[in-house]
Amino acid sequence: MGITKSSENSVRETRLGSITGYNGTLKDLHKKSGCGGLGDKGRCFSQASLCNAACALSQLSFITDAAIVHHAPSGCAVTAMQVSNSKDQLADALGLDNSHSGYVCTDMNDSDIVFGATDNLKEVIRETYRRYQPGAIFIGASCVSGIIGEDLESVAGELRAELPIPVAPVFCEGFKTKIWASGFDAAYHAILTQIVKPPEKKSNTVNVINFFGSARKQITEIFAEFGVIPLFLTSNTSIRELSRLSESLATVSTCGTLGTYLGNGLQEQYGVPYVKSLQPHGMVGYESWLSGLGEVLGKEAEVAAHLERERVLHLPKILALKQKLTGLRAVIGMGPGFNFNTSRALQELGIEIVHSAAWHFDKQYDDGKAPDAFTYQVEHSPTDYKLSVNDLQNHELINILHRVKPDIFFSRHTGSTVWAMKLGIPAICVYDEYAIFGYRGLLNFGTWILDAVTNRSFTENLSKRVKLPYTDWWFNQQNDHFYDKETT
Amino acid sequence: MTRIIDQPRYVCALGAMQSVQGIYRGVPVLHAGPGCAAKLAGGIAGSNGDSGYISPQIYPCSNVSETEIVFGGEDVLHRTIENALKVIDGDIYVVLSGCTTEIVGDDISQVSSAFRDGAKPVIFVETAGFKGSNLEGHEWVVDAITNQYLVPRGTREKVKGLVNIWGPIPSYDPFWVGNIRELEALIRELGLTPNTIFGEYRGLENIDLVPAAEFNLLVSPWVGLKNVQLLREKFDTPYLHYPTIPMGAVETSKFLRAVGEYAGVSPEKINGIVERHEKEYYYHIERTSDVFLENRTMSRRFSIVSNAADALAISSFLVNDFGLVPDKQYITDATPEEYRENVAELFRRYQYGIQAEVLFSIDGFEIHEDIRQNDYFGPPLIIGSIFEKKLAEELNGNFLAVSVPMKERLVMSSSYVGYHGGLRLLEDIYTYVLKQFN
Repeated sequence: MGITKSSENSVRETRLGSITGYNGTLKDLHKKSGCGGLGDKGRCFSQASLCNAACALSQLSFITDAAIVHHAPSGCAVTAMQVSNSKDQLADALGLDNSHSGYVCTDMNDSDIVFGATDNLKEVIRETYRRYQPGAIFIGASCVSGIIGEDLESVAGELRAELPIPVAPVFCEGFKTKIWASGFDAAYHAILTQIVKPPEKKSNTVNVINFFGSARKQITEIFAEFGVIPLFLTSNTSIRELSRLSESLATVSTCGTLGTYLGNGLQEQYGVPYVKSLQPHGMVGYESWLSGLGEVLGKEAEVAAHLERERVLHLPKILALKQKLTGLRAVIGMGPGFNFNTSRALQELGIEIVHSAAWHFDKQYDDGKAPDAFTYQVEHSPTDYKLSVNDLQNHELINILHRVKPDIFFSRHTGSTVWAMKLGIPAICVYDEYAIFGYRGLLNFGTWILDAVTNRSFTENLSKRVKLPYTDWWFNQQNDHFYDKETT
Repeated sequence: MTRIIDQPRYVCALGAMQSVQGIYRGVPVLHAGPGCAAKLAGGIAGSNGDSGYISPQIYPCSNVSETEIVFGGEDVLHRTIENALKVIDGDIYVVLSGCTTEIVGDDISQVSSAFRDGAKPVIFVETAGFKGSNLEGHEWVVDAITNQYLVPRGTREKVKGLVNIWGPIPSYDPFWVGNIRELEALIRELGLTPNTIFGEYRGLENIDLVPAAEFNLLVSPWVGLKNVQLLREKFDTPYLHYPTIPMGAVETSKFLRAVGEYAGVSPEKINGIVERHEKEYYYHIERTSDVFLENRTMSRRFSIVSNAADALAISSFLVNDFGLVPDKQYITDATPEEYRENVAELFRRYQYGIQAEVLFSIDGFEIHEDIRQNDYFGPPLIIGSIFEKKLAEELNGNFLAVSVPMKERLVMSSSYVGYHGGLRLLEDIYTYVLKQFN
């Protein structure tokens, strides 16, 4: 079992056997991961991907009263720029005060490399407390703090004794993992070990692990039908709310990749059931997600009634739309959580998945079981489609798109959408985690797809006038050309 | 003293990868951690986008892991460069190191030099994050181009009237493309031929022209000074250091006269250009003057919280052109100590003996506390980054974001440089002012 009570959690490669290099098919991947023969493939050429620190510290930045002290050179703290206004936009939308949040950096320089900088780090933590009076301080590790061996645990311990708030190290050194989702685990590990307290009483809430809560209003209304209140994590929550996660009735997640560590951790340590289901993308996912929750809450009848209403309301329109979309060929490039769920939803609309690229692959989650959304695809997909795992390796993706020439490409990552369009392939970035939420979401999403393949003007105008930055030589290779011949 | 960056407004030296990307068909090859490129680009470019012919996702990168930390990463870098040359269709490849690889002692100079005699130029720059800012990193990239690419190719005969323009930093200046184009247009009006290496469809061809210029024109308070000094040393090219990016009529006319005089353009010709532009400029000012003058909420005094270049340029416009009085000015670009006094002096040379006090700080919290202590005798105008938005609201002031992190506005080709740029700046300032009751 991967959840640990020690100060530092391990990364996905070692904890879950997750990989970033594979080229084959859906069913082959299942076969290999099932019998333990799944090894990772290294590459002798790679493109810049992303680090776990970005995931870990941005997740924590959206807590309304948390302060981040990033023990790093100036560039790593760029996350503070990225969240600068988005956390305000989210908080403002709900009228929340986030003036007790902050993100500062210790500005490590070349002399720190030689002499260490824990004294300055301690001073910065004290100063951060003085400035923001936050509910907790998270000390973010960096590659530099990791390599020179800064003892963040001791610093945190010392400051915990001194300040009246939790001070938690977040072990997210960028070089430790190729899987940036390990950063979610590092953040949640800090929350689990330093913020969450044992339950004093049971509350009426359900933890909803998600990113930014765009369907907050809708889910609150749905959950009210079951007599429970959602607590959306971690953006727009307070340290106080997080400290009581152990009192909730259950935990659900809109992304299996995101939710595994915290969901399973809360179940393991505090007995809060983590609902294992498909994620609520499309029809089957929505039914599975809510039914799973209904079972845990003993509200099966209420859930069934809700689902029946949704079906009556939207199914005829979805089926009509499916007529128009059936036969479209799609390539999808997303993290594994969204990938398998989105693929299923696309198949519900009659769209054929011709290639799926996942940014990494977890053969199991922290409960030791394969992700439900993956297993569902293996068992129900009408075709055994091509599947590759690459950590945002654009050259592999473009190579695939160039060869497969799908009708549409679905992405979910910053900067990855336009490259398909440059090949003349319409593309949709499924940024909003609730873009395909349930029946209504599927209808909206399907209509968006129809619009994208109908009006191709932007794609065609652009593709006619630009050149891709790849050589002809590369387009004549296979997408796994640079994979190591040996598995590691 | 506690070293703290609060509200970061610049990034580390590796942020200079954006300057390489700013060279059309230039390819940054990173020997760094997996997250550096995406994070730095996302922060600097913000909501302005960071794509183009290539983007951070295209950068070849060794994505340094524990293995390279323990055993060294020179082999991985060698393979990365070797394959980058096969896969990525570029004209110049610039190897940039990050913190991890410099700490463990990888010799990127040695690895890169193996590719020196190949078909395409491969140069390197040590840009470990702990060594400096992205502004310094930008200078190191330009110096590396000079030392490793241009110098080995030897001197070129000077081309009459050819002027290299340096100043705006790709991506870090959200208006960089528009600003460079506008500077080019002004130089062209003087009858000179501008040469710039950043932005669309310039690239290696323009880099090759750099040694042939009659002079280098640096339009920046400090960034780039080392570059033009090196070019003087290597190619005997003199330089004109003009610290103020010209915005609006007064500053732009001053700029044209200074550059024109330096280049030996006849005063009659310069006067003709200036006159024509000023006539048009004041046509617009004249017909909009009621809006400027009959307003309840526009500020009289202002502070700028930005890099030295923007703070100097915008404050010069607001004082010398638009008649406002500066309160304290805040410079957030980690200006190296050696330049600080010279830069501060530039803020003491406005018209009518007007001067502004300058505070150099990388600590936004400290800056905001300081601004709260100032008395603006009415609503202040705060020009800076998105970090100043809430502060301006708190002070019932006016606000415009012009520098990193800018956010909540989109800039594609527009510019505040030149005559039209000054008008554009007024449009943007008053777009905020006019949201309030008048």
